[in-house]
Amino acid sequence: MNGQPATATPIRFLYRGQVQMVEGVAATTTVLEWLRLSQRALGTKEGCNEGDCGACTVVIGSLDPAAPGGVALRSVNACIHLLAMLDGRLLLTVEDLADPVEGLHPVQQAMVECHGAQCGFCTPGFVMSLFHLYENQPTLPDHAGLCHALAGNLCRCTGYRPILAAAQAAWQAPARRRDRTPWRAALTALAAHPALDYQAPASAGGGRVQAPRSLAALGAALQADPAARVLAGATDIGLWITKLGRSLPHLVHLDRVAELQVLEVRDGCLHIGAAVTHARAWPALQAFYPEVADLARRFASPTVCHAGTLVGNVANGSPIGDAMPLLLALDARLELQCGADVRIVPLAAFYLGYQRTVLTAGEFVRSVLVPVPVPVPVPARSRLACYKVSKRFDQDITAVCAAFRLDLDAGGRIIQARLAWGGMAAIPLRTPGAEAVLEGQDWSEATCARAQVALLTELTPMSDLRASAAYRREVAGNLLQRFWYETSTGIGTPPVRLDQVEASP
Amino acid sequence: MNAPQGVAPAVIGQALAHESAVLHVTGQAVYVDDLAEPQGTLHVALGLSPVAHGRLRGLDLTSVRRAPGVIAVLTGADIPHNRSGPILADEPILADDTVSFHGQPVFAVAAETRAQARAAMRLAVIDIEPLPAVLDVAEARAQGLFVLPPVELVRGDPAGALASAALTLQGSLRQGGQEHFYLEGQVSLAQVREDQTLHLWCSTQHPTEMQHLVGHALGWQAHQVSVECRRMGGAFGGKESQSAQWAIIAALLSVRTGRPVKLRLDRDDDMRATGKRHAFLSHWTVGFTPDGVIEALDVELASDCGFSADLSGPVNDRALCHVDNAYFLPAVRIRSLRCKTHTVSATAFRGFGGPQGMLVIETVLDDIARHLQLDPLLVRQRNVYARQAGTGRDTTPYGMVVSDNLVPLLFDHLEPEARYAERRAAVAAFNAASPTVRKGLALSPVKFGISFNATHYNQAGALVHVYADGSVLVSHGGTEMGQGLYTKIRQVVAHEFGLPAAQVRLSATDTTRVPNTSATAASSGTDLNGKAAQAAARKVLQRLAEFAAGVSGGDPAAVQFQDGRVRAPGAHPLDCPFAELTARAYKARVQLWDSGFYATPKIHFDPVTKTGRPFYYFAYGAACSEVAIDVLTGETRVLRVDVLHDVGRSLNPALDLGQIEGGFVQGMGWLTCEELYWRADGMLATHAPSTYKIPTATDVPQAFHVRLFERDNSEDSIHRSKAVGEPPFMLAISVWLAIRDAVASTLPGNQPVHLNAPATPEAVLRALGRLPPAPGAAGPGGATPRGTVSTGRDNIQPGGTMPGGPA
Repeated sequence: MNGQPATATPIRFLYRGQVQMVEGVAATTTVLEWLRLSQRALGTKEGCNEGDCGACTVVIGSLDPAAPGGVALRSVNACIHLLAMLDGRLLLTVEDLADPVEGLHPVQQAMVECHGAQCGFCTPGFVMSLFHLYENQPTLPDHAGLCHALAGNLCRCTGYRPILAAAQAAWQAPARRRDRTPWRAALTALAAHPALDYQAPASAGGGRVQAPRSLAALGAALQADPAARVLAGATDIGLWITKLGRSLPHLVHLDRVAELQVLEVRDGCLHIGAAVTHARAWPALQAFYPEVADLARRFASPTVCHAGTLVGNVANGSPIGDAMPLLLALDARLELQCGADVRIVPLAAFYLGYQRTVLTAGEFVRSVLVPVPVPVPVPARSRLACYKVSKRFDQDITAVCAAFRLDLDAGGRIIQARLAWGGMAAIPLRTPGAEAVLEGQDWSEATCARAQVALLTELTPMSDLRASAAYRREVAGNLLQRFWYETSTGIGTPPVRLDQVEASP
Repeated sequence: MNAPQGVAPAVIGQALAHESAVLHVTGQAVYVDDLAEPQGTLHVALGLSPVAHGRLRGLDLTSVRRAPGVIAVLTGADIPHNRSGPILADEPILADDTVSFHGQPVFAVAAETRAQARAAMRLAVIDIEPLPAVLDVAEARAQGLFVLPPVELVRGDPAGALASAALTLQGSLRQGGQEHFYLEGQVSLAQVREDQTLHLWCSTQHPTEMQHLVGHALGWQAHQVSVECRRMGGAFGGKESQSAQWAIIAALLSVRTGRPVKLRLDRDDDMRATGKRHAFLSHWTVGFTPDGVIEALDVELASDCGFSADLSGPVNDRALCHVDNAYFLPAVRIRSLRCKTHTVSATAFRGFGGPQGMLVIETVLDDIARHLQLDPLLVRQRNVYARQAGTGRDTTPYGMVVSDNLVPLLFDHLEPEARYAERRAAVAAFNAASPTVRKGLALSPVKFGISFNATHYNQAGALVHVYADGSVLVSHGGTEMGQGLYTKIRQVVAHEFGLPAAQVRLSATDTTRVPNTSATAASSGTDLNGKAAQAAARKVLQRLAEFAAGVSGGDPAAVQFQDGRVRAPGAHPLDCPFAELTARAYKARVQLWDSGFYATPKIHFDPVTKTGRPFYYFAYGAACSEVAIDVLTGETRVLRVDVLHDVGRSLNPALDLGQIEGGFVQGMGWLTCEELYWRADGMLATHAPSTYKIPTATDVPQAFHVRLFERDNSEDSIHRSKAVGEPPFMLAISVWLAIRDAVASTLPGNQPVHLNAPATPEAVLRALGRLPPAPGAAGPGGATPRGTVSTGRDNIQPGGTMPGGPA
C-alpha cells in the first residue's frame, strides 16, 4: 500500500556529538518518544503531548549559510516532531547545555540564581527556549519580545516573573555562545547521504517516511501512492499520532524539497513555498504589509512557527486557521501540483466545506502567491488590518479572526473592499454582501455602520467552547468598527488596541 | 529546651535557591515517570465513559484482551472493594453498574508498552443506556441534588437586621471552576513485592492517604503498602485525593499480574477524569448603612461538587469560613449547598473554597460602593475588622477573634505605594476620552485562615538522622511540589545544628519513614513539618550538647553550634568541627538520630455548629490592580499590579516571593482566561492546553511589584514565619474587581455590574450590555452549554474519534 522503497535508509542525525543511525522504530515515532523510551534521556518532559505546553522543547540545527557558523538553530516541540524529520539535522536537548568545564550554560545559571524553577517540570523546556534565544540573539529582546519568545512554554508555578528576570541575567553575564562550526562540518558530512526513505519493520508497526529532495521526485512519489500523506511541520499531523492513534502508513516530507523552500517576489507576487515555515513566511509578509505585525506575533508560539508551514495552515483548511482571512483579503492564489501538472486557483475558491478542498488525489499545494504592492510600502490609499480575538493573548485558537482591506480613490471613496473571516463558518470565507455595501461609498462611520448591519445577516457562526454565536457576530461587526476608528483620520483618540495601553502614571 | 540552639542567622531568612534548582535546570530532577522502570513493567491505559450519566449495560472487551501486548484488563466487577474516597467511600474505582460523568474510567488495560495499551483501549465496545444528566449547579440546586447535606451558619439575627437596615441590595454571582494544570500529569508506579506487600511511587501530596486507599482496595493493612514521593511536577491540590484512583488501579494490576505497573495519564484523560476547583453559584441579600457599612448579610453558596463527595465537605466549610474575608459581618446567615451534578468530582485546589467565599463578599462590597457612588476602597476600609481586637467588630461569623488584624496596616502602606488616589483620577480622565478602551482600578485585601479546618489533620512527624560523619538526613511527612518545602526544612534543621544548608539533605517522603502524615495542603507544609523537624533536631542536639559538655567539663547549655563547629567551654574547652564531635559521640554510643512530632496548639472547631477557632492564625495581604478592557471585544489586559503580602518573618524570601507571584498569576488565570466548558452531552470540551488557557508570560504585567510585609507572626510558628502557599492566590481578586470597575465606567449611574467569573472576553462583553443576557441555566464553570460543535485542533476526543464537522 505504501510502496516499497528501492533503497531504504536509516534516519541519520547528530545527537550527543555523534551520528545516530536509527532503524527499527515505528515510522511515526516522535522525537520525544525516542528520547524518553529508547534513549532514557529523561530531561525532556511530556506535559501535554500536543505541542501546547513546551515542556518537551528541544533545539534542532540545520545547515544554513546565512546563520552564524553556517548552522541555524530553531526550537520545536519534541512531542509532535517526528524522528524521521530529524534526518540530516542536529538534535540538542537540555542534557547538552551544561559544559563539562565551564559548568552550567548561562541561561541555566541565571535560572538558578533568579529562582526561575519551582516544581521544575516545565523548566527544561524554558531552558531550551531561552537557550535558543540566547544562541540566536546577541542582545536581549524587549519585554514584549521576550514574552513572545516564551509564548510556547507554560509555567504553572512561578508566574513567569523570575524566568523573565533570568533572561535579563543571562544576557548580562559574560557572553558564552556555542561555536557552531563543528556542527556545520558534521551536518555537511550527513548531507552527502541519499534522501531519506525510511521503512519501519513490521515488528515496529511498519510505515514509511520519504523526504524527496526535488519537486519532480515529490510529484512522482505522490503519484505513485496517492494515499500517501503529505507531511510538512507535523504541527497538526503530530496530534493525529499522539492523540488519535491514526494510522499513517506513508508520509512524504516536504521539507527537503529545495523548490518548496522558495520565498521570493516574482511577477508582482510573493511566492511562499510549501516548505516555508511560519517563522520565515510571516516576516516576509510583514515586510510588504506592516499591518500584519500583531497577527504575525499572535499566530502561534515560536516552537510551532519553527516547524509549521504557512501552506500547511492553508492546505489543512481548518476554519480557525489564522492565515486565511489575511490571505483572502489580499486575494492570494494557490499553486496546486499533481504529478508534473500545475494549476492556479484563487484561495477564495479552494475550500469546498469543512476540511474539504478542491485538491484531487495525489495533488498538493505547491505554494501560495500573495500579490504585493509595487513599490513597497503599501500605497497610501489602501487600508489593511488584521484582528485576532481569543481568550488568551498568546498561543490561543481564535474565536474571531478578521482581515479587512479597503482600496480608496483619491477622494476617499472605496473602490474595492475585502472582508475576510476565520472562526465564523465551516470554512474561512469572505462576506461579499458587506463588501458590496462598502464599495462605491465614502469610508465613513455611517458606511461602516451599514456594513456592520449587513454582516449580521451574512455571518452565521457557530457556538462552541471559544465563544457563542452571538458573541462572534457582535464582535465581527465591532471589529469593523475598530477598523474605522483606526483608519479614519482626524480623530484624536487614545490607543485603540489593548497592548498599546500603559498603566496610569 | 536546655540545649542551646545553633546560631547561624544566615540560614534562616536567607534567599537560598530551591534545593533541586540545579537538577531542575539540567533536566536531572527525577519525577515518577523518570524512575528506572523495574524489569517487566506494564503500562496502563484507561477506557473512559462517553456518556455523562447512564446504566452500563454491556462492556465488550474481547478485542481489547486480544490486542498485541495486552496482559491484563480490569473492570469494576473485578474489584472486590470497588468504592473509594478520601472521606466517604462513595466513588467507584472503575464504574460498575452506573456511569456518573463523561470521562469516568470504566476499564483499565495493562500492556507491555504504553502505546499498546492505548491502542488496545480504543477497541472496547461500551454499551451505556443514557439517563438524564444534571450538568449544571443551578439545576442541581433547583432539584435539591446534593452530595452532602446543606450546612448553615448563623450569627445574630440576620433576618431582623435585614428588615431594619437602611438600605438593602440583592445579587448573585457565578464563579467557574479551574483545572489545576500541574505540568506533570498524574502518575503512579506500583510494584508488588514479597509476602503480600507493595511499594508505590506516586506523584501525590498525600502519601499516607494513598497507602490507606490502596490498602483498602486490596483488603490489606497499612503496613503492607509503602508509598514514596520525592517530588511532584506541580500539584496545587490536584494530587491530594485525586492521585488515589490511579495509584489504586496500578496497585490492583500489579497484584493481579505480579509485575510492576505504571499508570501515567495522558493529558486529555487527566483533564477529563480528575477533579477541579468547585464552581459556585451564590445569591445574597445585604443590608447596609448609607455610609456603606454592612449591617446584615444573608448568603447562599451553592457549589458544584460533581458526582461524589471527595473533599467537598471541607472545601465548602472553608468557603463558609471565608465569606467574611477581612470584613466584620454583624449579623449573618451563610447557607452552604453541596450540589451533585454528573460531572467529574470537584476537589481541592489552592485556596480550597476560600477564594470562592471571598469573591462573593468582594462583589457585595463593590455593589454597595456602586450603589452609593462611593469609591470601593472606601467601602472596604469602612467594613474591615477592627485594627485592635477587643474593641468590637473583631469576631468572625464562626466565632474566632481576629486578634492580629494587619489589613488596616496593609492598606495604610499599599494605598500610597500604589498611588491609588492619583491613579484613580488618571483612570477616570483616560476613560472620559477613550471610546474603545476603558481602564479599571481596584485594591482589595486577603485574610486567610491557616490550619486544616478539621483539627486532627494539624499534626506532623519528622525523622532527623545525624550520621557519624556529621552529615544530616531529614525525613518528614510533607511533600515537595515545587513550593520549596524541602528547602525550608533544610534551613530549619541546618539552623538547629549551626551547619551550612548543604550539610543537610532531605530524603524522599516515604510512609515507611514517617507514618500517619497529613496531606501537604492547607498551606501548612512548613508550619507543621518544620516544627516536627525542629523538634527532632533539638533532641539530637541536646544529646550532642550533653556529650560535648561532658568532654569539656562545662554546662550543656553553654555549648555553641555555629558555622559547622562546636564550642564547649569548661575545664577542658572543646572547639572542633561538627563532624568530629559526631564521630566521637558515635563511638561513645550516643543516639544521633531521633523523631519529632508537632500538633498545632490552640485550635478547635465544632464540625456541627461550624464554630470555634479552626485557625491557628491568619495570613494577610493586599493587592492593587489596574486593567484595561476593550469594549468592542471584551478582551482584557492587566497593566500593573502592586502587592503587599504578610509572610510573618520569612524563612526564605525568594521562595515566599515565588509563592506570591505564582499564586497571584494562577488566581488571575482563574478569574480571566481559564474557562471550563462542558458540551451539552456532558463532555468537557476544554481538556487540553490547546483549549484550556492558563496565563502565559505575556499576560503578566511588566509592572508587577510584590513586596513582603515582614514582621513576626504573633503566634509561635516556626521561626515566626507564616504560611504562604494559598493566601496570595486570592490577591488576584483585585484583577477581577478592576475589570468590574472598567465595565462600570461604561454603565450609567449606579446600575449594577453583572460580571461572572471568569471574565472572559465574552463575559465582559455581556457585562458591558453588548450581548443578550446569559440564559438562566448557565453551564458549569459559568459557561452555558452551547451545542456540541467543535472544529480544528480541539476536536480530538481522547480515545475516541473525530466528531463530525459543524452542524
